[in-house]
Amino acid sequence: MPKNVYRGLYLVIAILLVLPHVLPNSYYLDLAVRMAINAVIVLGLNLLIGFAGQISLGHAGFLGIGAYASAVLPTHFGWHPLAAMGAGALAAGLLAALVARPIFKLKGNYLAMATLGLGIIISIALRNEAQWTGGPDGMPVPSMGLFGFELSNDRQWYWVVALLLSVSVWASLNLIDSPFGRALRALHGSEVASQVVGVDIVRYKVAIFVLSAVFASLMGSITAHYVGFVSPNYADFFHSIELVTMVVIGGMASVYGSLVGAVLLTALPQALATFEGWETVVFGAILMLCMIFLPKGLVPTLAAKFGKGE
Amino acid sequence: MSMLEVKDLSIHFGGVKAVQNVSFAIDPGIVYSVIGPNGAGKTTLFNLITGVYKPSAGEIRLDGEAIHGRSPNELARRGVARTFQNLQICMNMSARENVMVGAHLRLDRNLLKAALHLPGLRKRDAELRDEAAELMRFVGLEQYVEARADAMSYGLLKRLEIARALAMKPRLIFLDEPAAGLNPKETIEVDQLVRKIADAGVTVVLVEHDMKMVMNLSDRILVLNYGKKLAEGTGEEIRRNPDVIAAYLGAHA
Repeated sequence: MPKNVYRGLYLVIAILLVLPHVLPNSYYLDLAVRMAINAVIVLGLNLLIGFAGQISLGHAGFLGIGAYASAVLPTHFGWHPLAAMGAGALAAGLLAALVARPIFKLKGNYLAMATLGLGIIISIALRNEAQWTGGPDGMPVPSMGLFGFELSNDRQWYWVVALLLSVSVWASLNLIDSPFGRALRALHGSEVASQVVGVDIVRYKVAIFVLSAVFASLMGSITAHYVGFVSPNYADFFHSIELVTMVVIGGMASVYGSLVGAVLLTALPQALATFEGWETVVFGAILMLCMIFLPKGLVPTLAAKFGKGE
Repeated sequence: MSMLEVKDLSIHFGGVKAVQNVSFAIDPGIVYSVIGPNGAGKTTLFNLITGVYKPSAGEIRLDGEAIHGRSPNELARRGVARTFQNLQICMNMSARENVMVGAHLRLDRNLLKAALHLPGLRKRDAELRDEAAELMRFVGLEQYVEARADAMSYGLLKRLEIARALAMKPRLIFLDEPAAGLNPKETIEVDQLVRKIADAGVTVVLVEHDMKMVMNLSDRILVLNYGKKLAEGTGEEIRRNPDVIAAYLGAHA
């Protein structure tokens, strides 16, 4: 393993440590928490899309499962938030496995279509089951206690999320540079070549899809507790697309690209708020320019330009 | 006993009979070549034996056990490796990583252990990196150990595929036109490389158009024409076979 593989991680940790001390007010702290949450989600999604080459257009559905598990189970059934979070992750994982197995037996990229449908079904279900979910209005989420002390203010949340992000980056870097990760990248590069060296490609695709779904569900739960409220928009198709855009803009198959994509696209709508009503247009234009001039995504393009690998 | 036994093997794609009733047997430790004009069904035959295609009829036995219809990764488990006529290199990975993927089945592929970066796995991976570099040296790619796969030329990638196949520690290796598109100097190097592989005790099945190389290397030769077996025998027998001469020269002489 090249020695510098963790260099970027140290930089991420350094930024995470310094950030809360330099942010001017709680608005920015809140933004930082949201960025970090998105970064973890996008990291999981990039393992699936960028590294394994399988596209999911319904990832917000898995976020929704986690978020609503954390809202519904403690509110209506009195579950402990951690148990609810676990149940959500389990449900998301099982659902992902159930959908993925038959899909991956087919040749060609049908996962995109299947997940598109799945995501929409989940968001419709959340909207319609109003007696449990509050319907289109959403519902409040009880606060989360951890080992007897309650996570109440943004600063505590920041440290929790910062820790999650650091661990996720570390684990992703390890995974990519392991036999498992190489098999994933190999089946992206050439399915037939990876098969003839013994990679069971269906198993690997299912495994990474389930993993990214579980990642999403867990972060959905975290978001629900942090925001204190969930609404079906969170599980929406447009949110799924936003997540895929973060992967693509940041850079496919790039760990740090995932972070950059998540940070930029979380901040951009806020920064564009001054355009009043035109922000969607400006947002779209920025994305188009990125795709034209940085087709491989920000981080890989810049890394290539400055002559070093990631 | 023969290592590989193929009996009445056929496959058709719609109305096209790509391989028809082909039978042959390969003894362990030899270099066995499959030749024939373009479109004779050589690559299809490889795809059938290595599990990429499922035969329409017939059987394939490896060490006496029926293997037809098995998936490629099951065949890999039994020590069957192959390279491809039209390169199948993972361009999203480095040259060395491509070779490392070849060792897939010999490694601990546990996801959790990988994510947690456990020392046992890390140590094995470090050993594998050295092993991959060693294999790249074996195929003559020692200068490209740190190269990116997408920065290497066609001829070099052909050899990288061989290194990846060897990383499986196979008993039987199928080489599909290893010298195609290579210049004369590279062809001689590949010729020597195939000889080295055979000398290391690996049974080699070769598809190749370069007749000098085929005659030089092969213990036995199978000739296919229009999906059918035209002849089989030693190089000398094949060279003198009137059917083979007719097929190659296109004459009914």
